Amino acid sequence: MKRNTKDLDAAHGKMTRRALFLGGLQLAFAGGLAARMRFLQVDQADEFRLLAEENRINIRLLPPARGQIFDRNGLIIAQNSPSYRITVVPEDAGDVEAVIAKLSNLVPLDPEDLERARAEMRRSPPFLPITLADRIGWEDISKVAVNAPALPGVTPEVGLTRIYPQLGDFAHVIGYVGPVSDYDLSKMADPEPVLMIPRFQIGKVGFEAKREDVLRGKAGAKRVEVNATGRVMRELDRREGISGADMQLTIDSGLQNYVQARLGNESAAAVVIDCEDGDIRAICSSPSFDPNLFVRGISVADYRMLTEDKFRPLSNKTVQGTYPPGSTFKMITALAALESGVIGPQETVWCPGHLKVGGRRFHCWKRAGHGHVDLNTSLKRSCDVYYYDVAIKTGIDKISEMANRFGLGIRHDLPMSAVAQGITPTKAWKASSYGKDWLIGDTANSSIGQGYLLASPLQLAVMTARLATGRSVTPRLLKSLDGAEQPSGAGEPLEVSENNLRMVRKGMYSVSNDRRGTAYRSRIIGDGIRMAGKTGTSQVRNITAAERAAGVIRNEDLPWERRDHALFVCYAPYDKPKYAVAVVVEHGGGGSKAAAPVARDVLLQALYDGTPPLEAYPKADRSRIKAQQERLERERVKRPLGSRSSRA
Amino acid sequence: MSYLEYHAKSTPSGLGKVLHLNWGLTLLLITVSSVGFLMLYSVAGGSFSPWVEPQVKRFALGLGVMFVVAMIPIWFWRNVSVLAYLGSLALLVAVELFGTVGMGAQRWIDIGFMRLQPSEVTKIALVMLLAAYYDWLPPEKISRPLWVLLPVALILIPTALVLKQPDLGTSILLMAAGGGVMFLAGVHWAYFVAVIAAGVGLVSAVFQSRGTDWQLLKDYQFRRIDTFLDPSQDPLGAGYHITQSKIALGSGGWSGRGFMQGTQSRLNFLPEKHTDFIFTTLAEEFGFIGGITLLLIYMLIILFCIASAIAAKDRFSSLVIMGIAITFFLFFAVNMSMVMGLAPVVGVPLPMVSYGGSAMLVLLGAFGIVQSAHIHRPRQVSR
Repeated sequence: MKRNTKDLDAAHGKMTRRALFLGGLQLAFAGGLAARMRFLQVDQADEFRLLAEENRINIRLLPPARGQIFDRNGLIIAQNSPSYRITVVPEDAGDVEAVIAKLSNLVPLDPEDLERARAEMRRSPPFLPITLADRIGWEDISKVAVNAPALPGVTPEVGLTRIYPQLGDFAHVIGYVGPVSDYDLSKMADPEPVLMIPRFQIGKVGFEAKREDVLRGKAGAKRVEVNATGRVMRELDRREGISGADMQLTIDSGLQNYVQARLGNESAAAVVIDCEDGDIRAICSSPSFDPNLFVRGISVADYRMLTEDKFRPLSNKTVQGTYPPGSTFKMITALAALESGVIGPQETVWCPGHLKVGGRRFHCWKRAGHGHVDLNTSLKRSCDVYYYDVAIKTGIDKISEMANRFGLGIRHDLPMSAVAQGITPTKAWKASSYGKDWLIGDTANSSIGQGYLLASPLQLAVMTARLATGRSVTPRLLKSLDGAEQPSGAGEPLEVSENNLRMVRKGMYSVSNDRRGTAYRSRIIGDGIRMAGKTGTSQVRNITAAERAAGVIRNEDLPWERRDHALFVCYAPYDKPKYAVAVVVEHGGGGSKAAAPVARDVLLQALYDGTPPLEAYPKADRSRIKAQQERLERERVKRPLGSRSSRA
Repeated sequence: MSYLEYHAKSTPSGLGKVLHLNWGLTLLLITVSSVGFLMLYSVAGGSFSPWVEPQVKRFALGLGVMFVVAMIPIWFWRNVSVLAYLGSLALLVAVELFGTVGMGAQRWIDIGFMRLQPSEVTKIALVMLLAAYYDWLPPEKISRPLWVLLPVALILIPTALVLKQPDLGTSILLMAAGGGVMFLAGVHWAYFVAVIAAGVGLVSAVFQSRGTDWQLLKDYQFRRIDTFLDPSQDPLGAGYHITQSKIALGSGGWSGRGFMQGTQSRLNFLPEKHTDFIFTTLAEEFGFIGGITLLLIYMLIILFCIASAIAAKDRFSSLVIMGIAITFFLFFAVNMSMVMGLAPVVGVPLPMVSYGGSAMLVLLGAFGIVQSAHIHRPRQVSR
């Protein structure tokens, strides 16, 4: 094809123009790109740099070590122990099931745990670690560590878990911790971020829950550099958390252990309080349970066993349980009467075995009656009629007020769960609670600690300590917090005449030292350690006139839950009170039989700070006591301190 | 005897050609590639493996190819352009039948030492064919409808094949480059106005159709467009790449975090950090200054090409150089727009910098043709 040079030149000129035009377009586009680059990198640099930091840096919380709890002698009650667990990151594992299969050849894996882990895997993103097994022994952890190359994504991790080496002894005092639940979070207005750490443990019940504020500590944090998949590349810096405050309780774990053993399998409660400073030396509710079960996550079967037991092992009878104080209340009625002057200490009341009050016959426990009864005899022999009589003369409001002065009907501020207030009825109280008028019969019932009256074993112990000292002894459970001694509970002198108090104490002395005293059989031998006490037997049923006519059925013949509660309060030494003890044996029958021996043994154990010599017991009982001491010694060996600690 | 052959008598021959290579262009290409090596070294965390080493080898091979292609007279390339075009079509069909589907959607054929993406070859072959076509076509016929339809068909055949892979990015590049060559060849501007108007009309029709019963795109396709327009809507899904890329870029600031100090790209926030998104690493580590410098180098390459095309005086040379320049420009312009959030993520590498064999080899081969045109350009012969 022949071409015209002129045409070609024209075409070339056109192409040159168009090439320059296109070049210009390209240049303009490049200018646009440059402008965009400037916008992103210069104008918006700060914003993007901030976003980049957020992208790159991830803040991980470091759980603080929980404060440890010690007894008054520095023995550990609640400690933190390293706990090993195995986690897997599904993303790294690839075929998770294959890895789990390999792992289960090395270490035993609980099918229940695995099921939970699988459920968790379905919910959470694949780069987050899932716990496959918890509380693994050191040996199993080593096996996993050694075989790490064959187990992609699997990491042995170490954390801290709560251990209660004294098992059931402190279950009701300390309570237990457990992983934060959705329910826990729902109750908090502004939950701390540390609670979001998987399996972070918080106090659920008891002291652990009540002092969660100081026990928990403050979370630390580490800043880590992560990549887009959330994988940690390196740690940038770390701020350690602040461990929770260590706590020292007033409880003597040796005594606590003894008391728990002494209560045995009864449904019972016992409180030992130091008269001098209000320190609770022992506070036991029986039966107990192993709080470690709850930390691990209790099995359904175990939990059902605890809840279906009619002795209610989970309830803390020492502070939650309230009982009609029965005859142990008589000291209060007596003091109210003496203080109001309606009767003098030597004045007597005629007891024919009953008293007609408001058209109804109120019986004395002794059908034949006690004859002429003065204050001392009324306490010693626990005459009911004497109290019906003086109480009616005194009036319920004064009695109730006296009860409050001695710590009944008052909620003692102890760091334990569900501390009960109890009831000390007044006319106003009945009107507002029942909308009914106070009857004179109610006063008669109250005078012997029945009717509406309710008191917890703790309150009875406090009452006894106050009677013994004449001071408003306040119970104290926390001895020191993070090394700082807590205020003593010695209390101020009560505004009660020392003379009247002395008369009441004398009566209590007679109870356990006079041949005709109701607790004479549970006396303590030895001049410096004489015990003063008071028995109590509180009815949980009404004895009808028909029943009474047919002869009251003996406790032993009744079904357990209808038997009387057995109570005993006491203190010793009589002349220089050191410890006050209150014992309640639910449906134990008579106070002198079921509660007094326990209280006496506990008191002696406390006084001697260990097994008391047989000489402290009445001669006739010594061989039986010796056998009992040996039996308890054996039983206590069964629960050695720290035996279940899984410290590796 | 054509104009070209007539004038080419005065072109250098033998080893003397080496002296007449466009050394400025060669130097620029080496510079750009070196930037690539540097960035690949950085994203690998300061290591020659796994990317720098193969990349350097391929670059060396590519330079060799460029020199060989440059030594061969330009008219040879004009004569084989039809063959190259047909060959590339055959490869596209072959890859459709026997190829391997890799990351994303691009298909390749394994040819032993590297994976060949036929679509890369097609870009250059198409430009060569169109250049040869307009070299052959008498200038007066250029704007006649029939002679316009023929090159349009030539463009659309490979475009359709590539689109079927499916590789939207490359097919757009093919159309743009082909259209660019037609424009340069002198096709009447009315055609382009008509096509652009039709394109705008089509796009607006597509958007108008949304929500009506004659909706032209599927809902998910609309959502993709939404994501592109506003990536913050779906920051962890489809908008993730764009958002992360902008964060990396923006956090570089004026002068960057410094070599090897980029956190975003090195910590795997960025997708395809060694291929399509390598510019973000550069921008993060060297900042605005680094990014602008790379853009300037690219634009210098384009300017060298335009200058070379204007100097060539012969239609095939001019058109093929300009076509290659357009292709090259489209590569980096689309890539940069993409990482800066100006264009959707379509999978176009940053030329000479991104890790990848085919593209670099084919581009260096194409620059070989540019060099050949430069060496064999007509000169004023002193008589």
